[in-house]
Amino acid sequence: MTAAFDVLQSAWRNPRGRTGALILLIVTIAALFGPVLLPDPLAQPDVLDASRPPGLGHPFGTDQLSRDVLARVVSGGRISLSVAFLAVGLSVTLGAAVGLVSGYWGGAVDALLMRIVDGALAIPRLFILLLVLAVWERVPVLALILLIGATGWFATSRLVRGEVLRIREEGYVRAAEVLGARRHRIIFRHLLPNALGPLLVAATLGVGDVILLEAGLSFLGLGIQPPTPSWGGMILDSREVMISAPWAGIFPGLAIVITVLAANLFGDALRDAVDPRSA
Amino acid sequence: MTTVLEVNNLRVSFPGPAHSRFCPVDGVSFSLQRGETLALVGESGCGKSLTSLALLQLIPAPGRIESGSGIRLGDTDVLALKGEALRRIRGRRIGMIFQDPMTSLNPVFTVEAQITEGILAHFRISKAEARDRALQLLQEVGIPDPGERLKAYPHQLSGGMRQRVMIAIALSAEPEILVADEPTTALDVTVQAQILEVLDDLRARRGMAVLLITHDLGIVAGRADRVAVMYAGQIVEEASTPRLFASPSHPYTQGLFASVPRITGPLQRLNPIRGSVPAASAWPTGCRFRPRCPKAFDRSEVEPPLLPVGPDHRMRCWLAEQTKETGHG
Repeated sequence: MTAAFDVLQSAWRNPRGRTGALILLIVTIAALFGPVLLPDPLAQPDVLDASRPPGLGHPFGTDQLSRDVLARVVSGGRISLSVAFLAVGLSVTLGAAVGLVSGYWGGAVDALLMRIVDGALAIPRLFILLLVLAVWERVPVLALILLIGATGWFATSRLVRGEVLRIREEGYVRAAEVLGARRHRIIFRHLLPNALGPLLVAATLGVGDVILLEAGLSFLGLGIQPPTPSWGGMILDSREVMISAPWAGIFPGLAIVITVLAANLFGDALRDAVDPRSA
Repeated sequence: MTTVLEVNNLRVSFPGPAHSRFCPVDGVSFSLQRGETLALVGESGCGKSLTSLALLQLIPAPGRIESGSGIRLGDTDVLALKGEALRRIRGRRIGMIFQDPMTSLNPVFTVEAQITEGILAHFRISKAEARDRALQLLQEVGIPDPGERLKAYPHQLSGGMRQRVMIAIALSAEPEILVADEPTTALDVTVQAQILEVLDDLRARRGMAVLLITHDLGIVAGRADRVAVMYAGQIVEEASTPRLFASPSHPYTQGLFASVPRITGPLQRLNPIRGSVPAASAWPTGCRFRPRCPKAFDRSEVEPPLLPVGPDHRMRCWLAEQTKETGHG
């Protein structure tokens, strides 16, 4: 696993990459443990406490239903990040599997899979998602994850296929074949580990994409359903009080920007580490 | 002597324009005895490496082995094998090492992982036992401090070390035959000699047969028992090493010897063979060496078979008939 490890290490040495990684880490920790320490994001303690500006009791203020905005941002982050990590995990796995099969077997299998991918890539992802979600009212979070994951692997499969085609020609793959290594061994020990670097880049950049995508869907009311907090949903709710209580929309907006920026910074640093020429 | 490998009329073809197929390896036959080193010598593009890959049915697509070819490994008909049966002979019956030890090792795994890969692919033993065998193998190929080297990654080793590791890997499943495809081409001259020493030593100790593929006659001289010279997809001359060096008979072989620089005798210009090997898609008709041959004559327009020139010495040239006659007369 040194290839992937080297890439991580090199990205960590890059100041931008380190900044991105640290922010991602902080956001993840906050999303993991924050909800335990903060007030219930669904609780509406007092109608008189509604739309309070940021202050001592409520660092990010309260929304028009008197819910604590900080608690909601943190707990929305837990949802947004879970969706992002799980959906990206799914699409990276699918993409890697299809790419490995396509690149390793070649021939008709490759042609068929890649034509399917070509076709899928021709339809915008958001369009497919909007279509499904418009029909499916109150979509469960798990279904949302599966949908986003299942529509995100096309480009990854191409990437992995390309890597596999390159690695296949390496001497050590030929050497393993000559040695009588089993097929699964060649695929999982020789092809996959050496393709991990680019896969890691795709995954990290994918996290940023999916956070934006989920926020956009939730903003349209098609993603995470209220009362479950989500960043996009919070911005949607805050439209009504945009002038009187802007903090209800600004903080979730900032959370989106900072997290996506961090994912992209880290992803770019990883990309530079994988392929120094594009730096 | 027992014959461990017999290759008969091996033809490897690739698709050419308009559904035609051409044969970069075109009717190669040779046999390999137990404990023997056979050198397969020839220029780049003459079909040496394809011949070796064909032995394990590893010709890359869209190439294929033509029907009528025969490869027998002892009692096994290699070309009849498929799938799992084929995998079982790879590495187990025939081991291979390649020209470039820099790319033949997987950069992401330790030496230990790569040596045990071959052992575990063929033997049902525990990882600890595989590790012990790997350690022995490293000792056998002359790697100092093998315990430490097992933990090393390929980039931490020198070229010579890597080639030794490659040999250890090729030996891991204890094959009867070791195919060494230009094993020293990428190495320093001093390291070359060491690697050849290791190969020779292993052959003697394990009674392995070695197929040494090279373009370097200098390597052949001290190491091989017999030499087969390849040109344009065919074997053009075959003899015992002393015999071939004493009286190279095919004009191509003579040309090869003439083009090796000498450090003794009067200073003279190098004498290369004019022209270059024709493309496999355009082998000349008749004798394939005819366009480059200084001795070509009218009979060269008909393709010669392998003709005897002397005891255990054959060549693919009509001149053999004259040589033999004058020899008798």
